Amino acid sequence: MALCEDNAEYIVALVGNPNVGKSTVFNALTGLRQHTGNWAGKTVSVAGGDYSLEGQSYRAIDLPGIYSLEAMSADEEAARQFLLTKKVDAVVVVADATALERNLSLVLQVLTLKIPIVVCLNLLDEARKKRIKIDIDKLSEQLGVPVIGTNARKGRGLEQLKQAVAKVCVSGCPIRQELDEQAVDAKRRYACVEQICAQCVVFDKQDYTSFDRRLDRFFMGKWTAVPIMLLLLAIVFWITIAGANYPSALLSQFFIAFESASKSLLLDIGLPAAVVSLLAEGLLRTLGWVIAVMLPPMAIFFPLFTLLEDSGYLPRVAFNLDNCFQRACACGKQSLTMCMCFGCNACGVIGCRIIQSPREKLIAMLTNSFVPCNGRFPTLIAIISMFCVAALSGFTRSLLAGLLLTALVVFAVLMTLAISKLLSHTLLKGLPSAVTLELPPYRKPQIGTVLVRSLLDRTIFVLGRAAKVAAPAGVLIWLLANITVGGGESLLAVLTEFFRPFGCFLGLDGAILLAFVLSFPANEIFLPLVIMNYLQLGGIVEIDNLVTLRELLVANGWTGLTALCTMIFCLLHFPCGTTVLTIKKETGSYKWALISIAIPLVTGCAVCALVNGVGQLVM
Amino acid sequence: MGKVYLSLNKLPQGKCACVRTLIAEEEAKRRLEDLGLVAGTKVETVQKGPSGDPTAYYFRGTVIALRSEQARQILVEV
Repeated sequence: MALCEDNAEYIVALVGNPNVGKSTVFNALTGLRQHTGNWAGKTVSVAGGDYSLEGQSYRAIDLPGIYSLEAMSADEEAARQFLLTKKVDAVVVVADATALERNLSLVLQVLTLKIPIVVCLNLLDEARKKRIKIDIDKLSEQLGVPVIGTNARKGRGLEQLKQAVAKVCVSGCPIRQELDEQAVDAKRRYACVEQICAQCVVFDKQDYTSFDRRLDRFFMGKWTAVPIMLLLLAIVFWITIAGANYPSALLSQFFIAFESASKSLLLDIGLPAAVVSLLAEGLLRTLGWVIAVMLPPMAIFFPLFTLLEDSGYLPRVAFNLDNCFQRACACGKQSLTMCMCFGCNACGVIGCRIIQSPREKLIAMLTNSFVPCNGRFPTLIAIISMFCVAALSGFTRSLLAGLLLTALVVFAVLMTLAISKLLSHTLLKGLPSAVTLELPPYRKPQIGTVLVRSLLDRTIFVLGRAAKVAAPAGVLIWLLANITVGGGESLLAVLTEFFRPFGCFLGLDGAILLAFVLSFPANEIFLPLVIMNYLQLGGIVEIDNLVTLRELLVANGWTGLTALCTMIFCLLHFPCGTTVLTIKKETGSYKWALISIAIPLVTGCAVCALVNGVGQLVM
Repeated sequence: MGKVYLSLNKLPQGKCACVRTLIAEEEAKRRLEDLGLVAGTKVETVQKGPSGDPTAYYFRGTVIALRSEQARQILVEV
């Protein structure tokens, strides 16, 4: 960890239970934009950021959310190791004012480490709303350490927190021996905590979660839970598809104009025709397609999804689906990591650290690529629009497209469950282990922040990565198409021919399978690769909308069955390069990285061959 | 007045009880205790999952879902 090896004068570690707004405090302190979420254990690796106060520099370290210092999960181990082995000048324990007892239990444990400590009592506004009154001065007196009340979301109390941290960094902190002894086991710790709370906390109204409960009955009820879940998913997809349609068309028209303009400009300044063709038809065209097709859906999908995440709904999804995962002998938190996969499969793999059992963590990692990430959504949306709902228009069109996409995602989830179960009975034998899933209170999402955060943090990030891969991939495919071998055939044609027999067996064709192989670095470039291939082998030159694209595909032999098999193979093939590398890093073994490629690949081939076989028979 | 003991997974929705003992192995026990499920803690069954498992319990100010396999290990007094 290079986080604390340079020039900051003081190292300040932030610890706390999951869901107490620790990352929000961290962001407010350092101003560093680090993604915070509303589910347990979102901060999965150690993040650092600097701030200064009165000429002194401080480095804040955001440790994973934990319930206890007695290490059981990877997160707890990381936090514990950090506090024990690094030179930490002060610890800020971020505590949730609405659930003080459990939070103080951790405070007592941290006290035993003899590191200067400041308690940051966060979420004071929520506590006030729930009519919980806390006597902060008395609490500070009881604990013998400074306690600072904050409301980090609104930026309140942070100056005082910085001051208090500065103070304890210099002076250290009196440690109370009698509290120390109480901390050794949970029973005594909680007895002690109850005593403290009895003196400092007043509940005005006992039934203070009645509204949350009503919502829970609705979102997690026997008859309502699953329909609402599917409905929300369908609505998110529908809005994404309906909203992305028009801007996508505009962007692709813009890029086509840009391509021909830059082509003539480059020719004018005297570049050789081959180089111009490489830049314009190779690099620019692929890049333009990736941006035109990816940016609009992402810019809509991410904020919507972040709203759900921010409101506290996602842990309820994990709750509703836990039973399915239990039957598959896996962990319910896998649904949270699957939700992260909607954004990026590699992020989903890292997110698997929130799962305690190593066996269940591996299952979640190995099956994670079944959930379509952002690089694959545009492909799915485009194919659905071209082949399933092409005859419709307007409202019904986008609605049906949304429903079909929902159906595909449900299929992906079912496949995840099936393969998880299979793994639990073969390669990773074992029984389901314990799951403790915290259901945080519903929070009104901060719409402004959500928009900015999801656009900046996610959309631009993912788009940037896609563009980085798309540009060289465009060059590569152009080279493949223009380098000829032996009998005058282009390398691309030779490769396409090579993949054709197996592609056809799967209901695809040579170009599609080759595109899947070549898009290993990033799934985003799959469709552009297919198009480039068809274009190079003759056909229409300009693709400015999905109608002409459909004509191109049909001219190259696509049928409804090809579209279906392509969508299935898009869901079930090998994970992208970044994901495989992340799995290698997380598991520390090439074996599991290879298995993570083999499992979805074999599944995909089997399902596609089956669908194709049945389809051929029926037609 | 006879007291009724039952395991937590049998506690009906909306009912409150008080934790008596944990009948669990060392590690599982410690994890439950870390969450605050020690003898004397008040627990309420908030919401059964759509298929009856897991169940969300309210104790010490937060709602936490446990699988029935775990809730079975917690003996409560009504």
